[in-house]
Amino acid sequence: MLFEELDLELPGGLTTCLLGPSGVGKTSLLRLIAGLAHGAKGSVADHRATPIAGRIAYMAQQDLLLPWCSVLDNVLLGARLRGEATTGALEARARELLARVRLANSALARPAQLSGGMRQRAALARTLMEQRPIVLMDEPFSALDAITRYEIQALAARLLAGRTVLLVTHDPLEALRLGHRVHVMAGRPARLDAALEPPGEPPRDPADPALLTHQAELLKRLAQAREAP
Amino acid sequence: MSLLRPVIILLVLVGLWQAVVWISGAPAYILPGPARVALMLATRWPELLEHATLTLAEILLGLALGTLLGMASALVIAWFRPARHWLMPVLVVSQAIPVFALAPILVLWLGYGMASKVAMATLIIYFPVTAAFFDGLRRTEPAWLDLARTMGGSRLSILRHIRIPAALPALTSGLRVATAVAPIGAVVGEWVGSSGGLGYLMLQANARMQIDLMFAALFVLGVFAVGLYYAVDWALRRALPWQADDSGRAD
Repeated sequence: MLFEELDLELPGGLTTCLLGPSGVGKTSLLRLIAGLAHGAKGSVADHRATPIAGRIAYMAQQDLLLPWCSVLDNVLLGARLRGEATTGALEARARELLARVRLANSALARPAQLSGGMRQRAALARTLMEQRPIVLMDEPFSALDAITRYEIQALAARLLAGRTVLLVTHDPLEALRLGHRVHVMAGRPARLDAALEPPGEPPRDPADPALLTHQAELLKRLAQAREAP
Repeated sequence: MSLLRPVIILLVLVGLWQAVVWISGAPAYILPGPARVALMLATRWPELLEHATLTLAEILLGLALGTLLGMASALVIAWFRPARHWLMPVLVVSQAIPVFALAPILVLWLGYGMASKVAMATLIIYFPVTAAFFDGLRRTEPAWLDLARTMGGSRLSILRHIRIPAALPALTSGLRVATAVAPIGAVVGEWVGSSGGLGYLMLQANARMQIDLMFAALFVLGVFAVGLYYAVDWALRRALPWQADDSGRAD
């Protein structure tokens, strides 16, 4: 039993980050919300109690770019899967998004020709292309090197502003840079602690002393979470 | 060097062949030397080419038909789960019964013409193509499927845009095997009963103790089969440039 009577509230338009020891069920919770997990009881609904199925975009640790498609076609994947015409307005929007993730010149390249950071930026563009109000992200930047991760965090924070985001991460600093609220998940069945709310708007400066204080607090909570029954 | 290598291999093989002829002292009606076979190739060239063209046509038709049937079967099995239990035994039977045993029946039913040979070639490649493609369709990266579901893709559009393209590399390995074995089907068919083709020519030559002609036909068959394999391999590589493939460097 991973979860029992677990409640998670995602404030609309804000980014909620979820940390916790490996195996506590962060990814399972994300998949549950995304409608990808079977055999679980529970409901996922917005404040008007409307189910959120079909209003979610999902971004994983792997970029999941299709190797046979160009970067542009990968960004248009959702549209193609839904049978929408991918020329004209949609293509223009995809190109604009690619420009915003600084991949305008790589639109026709294949994913294999891109670096890890570029691939993840392409995945970000594909996620944004979906125009879903809720974005679920499962350790999206954890495979990148520190500098690349630092850059893409800032980019993601700007581009995701205004959407309701749930970001699972194991990097406390990432959570504090990007999250309006930061939860630590612990124990079995899993529980959530009271949210930590770092001041200011993301992306925050990692050199900010307030952030470092919060980081110390978060590390303490994470250490406790590992001990939790 | 890469262009020179086949030439060197060929020269060494011919040299060994000649050496065996000299050392064993075998008479020409048992093992003709390279020179005799080369002479036969030169003098009977138009006839050899005519028969080879027929055999090649049978192989190509069999390849096309077997590939289409195999791909269709794999799609059906992948799409309808219960179909797997019904079609798999049929597939296994199609492969377990030696085509050699079926050849006389096929010739009886389809006649001495091309149809029975095309059927043989089709039959012999049907299983490798079906098995390879089905395997590819079954092994789609689960995370891609999850992503496609969150995007609202229907089962059909996921099959079309993700599962089929993702299965193409597996299909190409099936097609390479198919290209290598399809000539077996065609030639066996010609042996059992035909009025043309390299298999027919070899059988006739054998009956008349024209072993050098037999060897010439065998040589042409080998060249055609190898050429076909490399042509298909080249075409498949060009068709799927995105495929992670290091065989070009490996060989």
